[in-house]
Amino acid sequence: MGLVQYIGRRLVTYVLVLFIGISITFFLPRFMPNDPIEGYIAQMQSQAGQTLSPEAVDQLRESLSDLYGLKGSLFSQYVGYLERVFLRFDFGPSFGAFPRPVSDLIFIALPWTIGLLVTTTLVSWTLGNLIGIVAGYFHNKRAATALEVFGILLYPIPYYILALTLILLLAYTWPIFPLSTTIRPGTLSFNQLGMILYNSALPALTLVLAGFGWNILSMKSLAFATKEEPYVTFARLKGTTDWTRMTSYVFRNAMLPQITALVLSLGTIFNGALLTEMLFSYPGLGLLMRTAVGTADYNLLYGTITMSIIAVATAGLVLDLVYPLFDPRIRYR
Amino acid sequence: MKVNHRLLRGATLTATGASAARRRLPKLNLRLKLGITILTVFVLASFILPFFTSVDPSRQGTYLKNLPISGRHLLGTNSQGQSIFWFLVFAIRNSLMLGVVVSLCITAIATLVGLSAGYIGGWYERVAMLIIDSFITIPVLPILIVLGALVRGNSSFMLVGVILVAFGWAWGARTVRSMALSLREREFINMARFSGASTFAIITREIFPYVYSYMVVGFINTILFAINTEAALAVIGLSKVEVPTLGSIIFWALSYNALFIGQITWLVAPIVATVLLFLGLFLTSTGYNDAFATRRGVA
Repeated sequence: MGLVQYIGRRLVTYVLVLFIGISITFFLPRFMPNDPIEGYIAQMQSQAGQTLSPEAVDQLRESLSDLYGLKGSLFSQYVGYLERVFLRFDFGPSFGAFPRPVSDLIFIALPWTIGLLVTTTLVSWTLGNLIGIVAGYFHNKRAATALEVFGILLYPIPYYILALTLILLLAYTWPIFPLSTTIRPGTLSFNQLGMILYNSALPALTLVLAGFGWNILSMKSLAFATKEEPYVTFARLKGTTDWTRMTSYVFRNAMLPQITALVLSLGTIFNGALLTEMLFSYPGLGLLMRTAVGTADYNLLYGTITMSIIAVATAGLVLDLVYPLFDPRIRYR
Repeated sequence: MKVNHRLLRGATLTATGASAARRRLPKLNLRLKLGITILTVFVLASFILPFFTSVDPSRQGTYLKNLPISGRHLLGTNSQGQSIFWFLVFAIRNSLMLGVVVSLCITAIATLVGLSAGYIGGWYERVAMLIIDSFITIPVLPILIVLGALVRGNSSFMLVGVILVAFGWAWGARTVRSMALSLREREFINMARFSGASTFAIITREIFPYVYSYMVVGFINTILFAINTEAALAVIGLSKVEVPTLGSIIFWALSYNALFIGQITWLVAPIVATVLLFLGLFLTSTGYNDAFATRRGVA
């Protein structure tokens, strides 16, 4: 019963978060002073050298508001928007790459972002926590203090600084990796795979390093506290080895708050990934977003933003749904 | 973070006794000292130095272009004829001011929402928590990017600050609420309630003193968040980049291809400054947390 309730509550929250997020993206631009359509028309007029007749402009305005679902009252627009996004995942055509639909562009970019994010988050979480537990379990050792200092130095550094530092060091001063990502299309082969890995190395390294500091610091203090629990002392008196106690006694319990922390920080991690993609020109959602901003492609912009919200909310949901596998208390409560 | 520290503290005090706690203290104070030293240097330098120059650092062509590092130009000049040193000084000052103002507003809102949600409870709490959780889950940067793209051109530096406040209050509210929840069940709160104190009086007189030290920590962390987010937006050109900040200096360096024309200081200087400033803020907040939040003992 506890498990069903847990999943049910989680699903309701998921839908609500999506709803609120998508509503924000709908209402925000409508409260803004600028009108994207007028901006687009002004752009067209300057390109056409003021040769557009007023009738043509009216017609253009009409067809654009039709195309972008800006007709009717705010409420009917809102319902139409929700219906298009939730049921058909339709954001209309892209301004910049007319008439390709925005959803097309998004689905091309999405695997890159997901691939990069899932790999780096897994690596950074696992490695960071392993380092953290060693540092926390052997907190008397000098090396543990060194690891903590490393974590303290790394944690407050923001994503873009890490990215730029890596570019400066590993692409500029010692040109080991390319300055920006250039991935040529091609069939999947070892060469192709190698090229993709080579080009993704720096963005991936940025994201891994960015997650490291927090995981080390937080796991260290958790492990340190868990180590003093009576059941660990009992295990020690029973004669278990340090290794067994560290992995299956301390780590298994100290891991749980870390999973919760991961769920809560997904949004931040995603923000960082977007920034990193922009700085490295990595062909994911972030780069798409920057292109959209640069070319004032509002459909593409809303598409990518909605996709970001869906991605983060879904990742949180998935993590929360597998959480009972790690924490049996939810299953048996 | 807070949970961990509380766990850590509980463990030190109960298991290994007061001697261990005393042994830990000098190390913790070292963090606080280091952090405050860094911050003091940054604040004093960035607020006093601007009185010694009459030049607007963002005006182009004030000096000769591409001068190397010298006694007159401490960090050289860039390809736009601006002194990198003075630009950096103004950037740090503006970033700090933005951070402090935004953080003041966010802390006020977060405390208000968090305390009221935790203390009043019921439907109000559920709705507040739903909104808080949504704001935490929704990635802020994409929404800021939309806003930045929409108001670009006629945005003001203040508007950036307002947007940061609007999307940055949820984390703090969540933390404050959980503290208020644990406090609500305490004896002295019941005592106050039975003595006839009003809800407002209980929140301000009884609960507030207990969450005060955590608020200071939250305040410093929020300064970090604000400076970081503004800089991130500026780096991709979506803040008010005409105003020198730690992000806009990087934006200009990148858009004038500082790397390719070999002007490393243009990019390295803001990177080093940002890392030092953030380290200072982080050390101060964790140092303060360990040194002072302990005594209040909310957990």
